[in-house]
Amino acid sequence: MAVQLDGAKAATDRRVRRTGAPGAPPGRHGPRRWRGTPYLLLLPALLATVVFLGWPMVRNLLLSFQNLNMKELIQHLAEWRGIGNYQEILGSEQFWRVTGRTLVFTAVNVVLIMVLGTLIGLLLARLGKKMRLTLSLALVLAWAMPVIAATTVFQWLFDSRYGVVNWVLDRLGWHAMAHYDWVGTQLSTFFVITVLIVWQSLPFVALNLYAATTTIPQELYEAARMDGAGTWQVFARVTFPFLRPFFLATAFLEVIWVFGAFPQIFAINQGGPDRLTETLPIYAFTEGVGNLHFGMGAAISLLTIAVLLAVTAYYLRLTLKQEAQEEQEEAAL
Amino acid sequence: MKRSLAGRIWPNATALVLAAGFVFPVYWMFNTAFKPTRDIISEDPVWFPFHGTFAHFATAVHAPYFWTLARNSAVVTVLAVVLSLAIALCGAFALTRMRFRGRRGILLTFMVAQMAPWQVMVISVYLIVRDADMLNSLLPLTFFYMLMVLPFTLLTLRGYVAAVPRELEESAMVDGCTRRQAFLKVVFPLLAPGLMATSLFGFITAWNEFPLVLVLNKEPDAGTLPLWLSQFQSQFGDDWGATMAAASLFAVPILLLFLFLQRKAVGGLTSGAVKG
Repeated sequence: MAVQLDGAKAATDRRVRRTGAPGAPPGRHGPRRWRGTPYLLLLPALLATVVFLGWPMVRNLLLSFQNLNMKELIQHLAEWRGIGNYQEILGSEQFWRVTGRTLVFTAVNVVLIMVLGTLIGLLLARLGKKMRLTLSLALVLAWAMPVIAATTVFQWLFDSRYGVVNWVLDRLGWHAMAHYDWVGTQLSTFFVITVLIVWQSLPFVALNLYAATTTIPQELYEAARMDGAGTWQVFARVTFPFLRPFFLATAFLEVIWVFGAFPQIFAINQGGPDRLTETLPIYAFTEGVGNLHFGMGAAISLLTIAVLLAVTAYYLRLTLKQEAQEEQEEAAL
Repeated sequence: MKRSLAGRIWPNATALVLAAGFVFPVYWMFNTAFKPTRDIISEDPVWFPFHGTFAHFATAVHAPYFWTLARNSAVVTVLAVVLSLAIALCGAFALTRMRFRGRRGILLTFMVAQMAPWQVMVISVYLIVRDADMLNSLLPLTFFYMLMVLPFTLLTLRGYVAAVPRELEESAMVDGCTRRQAFLKVVFPLLAPGLMATSLFGFITAWNEFPLVLVLNKEPDAGTLPLWLSQFQSQFGDDWGATMAAASLFAVPILLLFLFLQRKAVGGLTSGAVKG
């Protein structure tokens, strides 16, 4: 998708252009330009967001203050219970345990994805043409696997009776694993889920990182080499600083995606065994839709959003600051 | 710079192992789908489907409503992606090329919208759709899928729009084009690869969406393929051959699209077309 690459490249292009040939300042193309154009262009997107996201959000907020179970749902009743749902959730040990688990789960996955993805991306840059194509193709295949299909395949790979994984482990001498039930314990279930998520997410990071490294001017590398920098130093002093925006943006997306991972966890073992692999989205779904406490589910979902916002606040603030800076720079021209 | 023999071998060896690791699950899905059942449940795995069979695919295709749901999936996915691309492109253009009051606020709105945890909002979405009397219809599904991919599409397209030099647009305008003509004739063609690359994400998301359709469209002929695949699995239980055949059928369109679009997208970027 080469997404972040373009962000980074566009940023440098813009910088170059601004210092090189400023051209006409934006927004002042002609004296007769109508000021409403940007709003008109944004209208469909904003309208759609308000109707299809804003409205459900508001509805969700209202629901979270209601006592809404199956009976109330069928009879279209609205029974208000104030902040009762929130009190109940925030007072329950379960919620805090799930929150802590979600944070650890997200952190472990994102770190694995970013570190391994970077390593594979750097490896891609180092390979010859044929080998690079081979690895890229393999990565694209894994990336393109639809989540539901991939989840099904992983269940089959880790099947206790006929699964390949157990067979290989048995052959390698670990005979206790011959008919191991992977979804029997919390840790092993999380292991399968993590392998699945990391396997699916690595290609995005690796391919984009590789694409991004191609935008780094070669002179920078040569200069670093002349200074006698080793592989690690080249990465720390050239690659990483140059691709900082890329790393931030990618980590941000991965946090959102891992945090919200639903089909993977749900399909592997429905958050089991004993609800021990439930993360916040699964918890909200199970409480709300599964146990038919819709009001409670809505309250949990709002708390989930709050947690996610807190986790990503740093990146959001950084991006806004950057945009503000760019606006100022352009205004100064 | 000359590298030692070991220094040349290990990257290639690592790459080969990695490639095998990434391909294996995909390969194993097709392999299992083509193997006769006795090879699937043999004590030692059968690594190559020498006794290939289409029996599992026949089971999968003849499962109830397969074709109806496949059509539903295709319609909903394509409509959602095309709509979100069109809407997002307008917005991305405004956010990248124009400066106006409230710009950053709008940007933040989309960034937050990108984080919306749809899977936990199914309850309120269900109530809204039920009150509009639209359960089991493809229309609400299309619109909600469109919005699921809209923020990402818009934010990503910004990068592509920004990469098209403003000078191109300006010189077109000097040559007598209106701003709209300049956009359609100069900017838009350069954006095509970016649009294709971005649409991939939309296709994948909409094609995969599960929790919402699970709650909204309960009629057997109103669902989409993810629903079919998950129900298929519970219906056929331990018939891994049929399940893998179903998963293959579900995965193939996206795999093909991906291989096709990915090349286009990367090709478009590297050919220098975007840089002008």
